[in-house]
Amino acid sequence: MSLARRIIPCLDTDGARVVKGVHFEGLRDAGDPTELAARYDAEGADELVVLDIAAARDNRPTFLETIRGVAEQLAIPLTAGGGIRSLEAARAVVRAGADKITVNTAAVERPELVSELCAEFGAQAVVLAIDAKREGGGWQVRIRGGRQATSLNAREWAQRGVELGAGEILLTSVDRDGTQSGFDTELTAAISNAVSVPVIASGGAKVPAHFLEVFTRGAADAALAASIFHDQVQSIRALKEFLRRSGVEVRLPC
Amino acid sequence: MNVTLIDYGAGNVPSVERALRRLGAQVETTNVAEKISAARCLVLPGVGHCAALIAALDAHSLRQPLIDAVGRGAAFLGICLGLQALYESSEEAPTLPGLGLLPGRVTRLPEDVKLPHMGWNTLKNIRATRLLDSVPSGAYFYFAHSFAAPAVGEESAAVSEHGREFIAVLEKENIRAVQFHPEKSGAAGALVLRNFLRAAA
Repeated sequence: MSLARRIIPCLDTDGARVVKGVHFEGLRDAGDPTELAARYDAEGADELVVLDIAAARDNRPTFLETIRGVAEQLAIPLTAGGGIRSLEAARAVVRAGADKITVNTAAVERPELVSELCAEFGAQAVVLAIDAKREGGGWQVRIRGGRQATSLNAREWAQRGVELGAGEILLTSVDRDGTQSGFDTELTAAISNAVSVPVIASGGAKVPAHFLEVFTRGAADAALAASIFHDQVQSIRALKEFLRRSGVEVRLPC
Repeated sequence: MNVTLIDYGAGNVPSVERALRRLGAQVETTNVAEKISAARCLVLPGVGHCAALIAALDAHSLRQPLIDAVGRGAAFLGICLGLQALYESSEEAPTLPGLGLLPGRVTRLPEDVKLPHMGWNTLKNIRATRLLDSVPSGAYFYFAHSFAAPAVGEESAAVSEHGREFIAVLEKENIRAVQFHPEKSGAAGALVLRNFLRAAA
């Protein structure tokens, strides 16, 4: 027995409610974050991620209240992010109950933010989120929810992020996100094999075979999904039982 | 059960407090030396960099009160860095002395595995200990660290492995500690905390 592969549900919120939609278009309500958090904890989720996808608007206090409510429900780790641009904003999120902070666009614009967060909270609390899109033979980093291109190569940016102190990479395939056509295992393996920290694969999950593939061929340490769990298309328990039968080490709660 | 939770600014203080309260404990969070000297049941949480913990203990003059309370027989539980701080020193903060309640040095896990050691892992080489009463063998606990105590020493009650073996649970008289985060380890973690509260009662 060794370190188990993790299954991580993600709650995209507009601050107060869980929402879903592709690339911020046609958002629709997908439930109450505290209710979903309690359900996922009971079903055997290994961690929970809560993102404020309406961040940089004016609802930060609402999001902090959501983090507090979610943290109250959980006996598993909680990662929170979305629009964190400063040490002060990160402190507020940690004080509200998050164990880890995730940063994306702000880290691309000011990489020192990653070091500042690591100095204050430790590497284990800093998750660098990277949105990557296929471009030529590699992957390009995208920001602002995948909408804006950058000149950064995803593999190089992941390595730089780890040098800056990030303790984990949350890697989303912009090409696969919302398509339910499976994780980009090639992208995941390329990044996972290039860095010394754990990589969470995200984007494209639908069926259990997708998770098996990303844990084996994709060399992912953890896998994240949202709507398939919210809509009860896939139960976490059944997914983990499938993975264990397939030879992947996972935690099945007693 | 009254628990004195040492609050020197560690990130996981609120979640440890929440987990203890869920089990019915009366929790007082404090960084006041007199309260720690007088405590009967002490919890030292910690996450992040070892130097931050040691420096904060010294900044609040908590080192000696803590050592005195443990010497008096107060029930003590260290969590994560709270385990590592019990040793004489840590490779993570070579210039700062640890609490020295246990002999030895905390070292970095090997470079040939992914670090931090982050996620759910199991225990082995388990000896009978109050902390692990009724905990099913094969139970998973949540770890988040890159440094760890060596897997030797009479205090070891269970080890875990990531690159090398290291102490995951220790128990030496009234000193108990876990490298994982019981406050984040679901039902198995809650059981460990409950066992600590019972042993301390």
